[in-house]
Amino acid sequence: MAVCTGCSLLCDDIEVSIDGRRIAKTKNLCRKGFGRYRSLTSDRSVPRVDGKQVGIDEAISRAAEMLRDAKRPLLFGWSCSTLEAQRKGIELARKTRAIIDDTSSICQGEIVDMIIRGELPTCTLDDVRNYGDTLIFWGCDPSSSHPRHMSRFSYFPRGEKLQRGHEEDRTAFLIDIRTSPTAKILAGNFIQISPGGDADLIEAMLAVLDGKIPKVRDKKAMISMITTLKKADMGVIFPGLGLAYSLKGRMDRLKALVSRLNETTRYNVIPMVGHYNMRGFNQLLFDETGFINRVSFGDGVDHGPMYSVVEALKSCDLALVVGTDPISSLPAGIAKALARVPMITLDPHRTLTTELSRVVIPTALSGIEAGGSALRMDGVRIEFDPIMKSEYPSDEEVLSKILEEI
Amino acid sequence: MVSVMEIYQLTPKLNCKKCGLPTCMAFAVALLAREKQIEDCTPLLEPKYEEKLKKLREVMAPVAGATETGLIIHEDRCYGCGNCVVACPVNVANDPKGSAIGLGPKSDKVILVVEDGVVKCLNPKECRRFGPNRILCNLCTATCPSKAIEFV
Repeated sequence: MAVCTGCSLLCDDIEVSIDGRRIAKTKNLCRKGFGRYRSLTSDRSVPRVDGKQVGIDEAISRAAEMLRDAKRPLLFGWSCSTLEAQRKGIELARKTRAIIDDTSSICQGEIVDMIIRGELPTCTLDDVRNYGDTLIFWGCDPSSSHPRHMSRFSYFPRGEKLQRGHEEDRTAFLIDIRTSPTAKILAGNFIQISPGGDADLIEAMLAVLDGKIPKVRDKKAMISMITTLKKADMGVIFPGLGLAYSLKGRMDRLKALVSRLNETTRYNVIPMVGHYNMRGFNQLLFDETGFINRVSFGDGVDHGPMYSVVEALKSCDLALVVGTDPISSLPAGIAKALARVPMITLDPHRTLTTELSRVVIPTALSGIEAGGSALRMDGVRIEFDPIMKSEYPSDEEVLSKILEEI
Repeated sequence: MVSVMEIYQLTPKLNCKKCGLPTCMAFAVALLAREKQIEDCTPLLEPKYEEKLKKLREVMAPVAGATETGLIIHEDRCYGCGNCVVACPVNVANDPKGSAIGLGPKSDKVILVVEDGVVKCLNPKECRRFGPNRILCNLCTATCPSKAIEFV
């Protein structure tokens, strides 16, 4: 059995047949995971320095040299690399007195932070499968972002206490701004809101929980939904990026709702983390510094919004990018600012970021060519072994060599 | 998806019974249920119905890959999410340690499996829609987020 590192579900029931360097047949991989496995033989990056192809050791030496000379480097990404590589990355940040940040800074950082600090209750996905009888998918579309989420853990499978699965024992609500593929499955329990309307909906839900008539939305539907939510033995809220962006800076409203629901029954929160090991980086950095992201090792340990990738770009003189493709994923203005900074990129594939980087170091695909461990979206550690040999070093090996040379 | 009425409009509408069925409408129903072939309608093969025959072959082409139970999988639309695999009552009954609890199927008797990122139909004869005592179960299609599974 192999582990899929296509998303943060880290499905560990994958069967793969290999024919030499080619993936001959796979079982149980969703289309997204299959895409990752198939990418093994397409668009692999090559070691490059200043646009010229070089040996991998030369690229590593040049990267070490640039990091040694940098006054204020930014180490960014990490969400698609193993815990072992992330540990080396934090060590490198300490050694080079760098700013370190990951994709949670512009993603679900606030919610993950509250969970790690114990401000929001959480549980594992196995608990959801076995006991989660009332689910709320909020601002997300699991069918597209985590294709096996509903079939493997949350809505469809039979659990220890839920032998009749979705047919009778489970209820799931979807709160979203658009009729997504998931909305088509949960048509009867789909609550459509306007963009940015999440806080108003929470206020209405809190009003009903306080026994008042809600001022917004269909009053009967709201009361019916809250009645169902209150009847839950174990409820779980899955906040997605939609909710995280809509409530940015007002996350106390989500906390208020969860704590109000918890006065009646038990509700947990599991954020729909996208990258396969974002949660791992947050936990590692928290264990070392007390903060999940946006940390500067310039003068001891400092933390704040000025160390987020967006702000740090204004002051850094070098960027080391590992396990992400910021030029493709960041807003255009920020991507442009990043492109102006000399970049060193570790990536298995050619991306827009590798194309604009001064030094490119190709690495092995974790989960396929390299082993390691990662934290699933619910914080459960999953270990994986490589399923084939690789000509490329892992992220961890490259970072170790850079550390040695500095 | 092609409808019975659409097929009926392309038959000769003679009710000649040469196909073994009492009416052309019954033939259209049987054709869609894959119980009859286009060639079973002999008048349709005559030159004067050439246009209708050509069009009938065209409308029937998308359902050519349907199983005996009429299941069609549009692989280009499938996400490989496995909702159908886990929701299928036969899969649940035949594979309690695998697909019933959300894992990949561990039994050979399952109907639906996900291979290479898309769903495949392995044992259509196990489907509750198969045979004369069929039940019009639709859990696999109802749980598909991309409507990649259909029944004709």
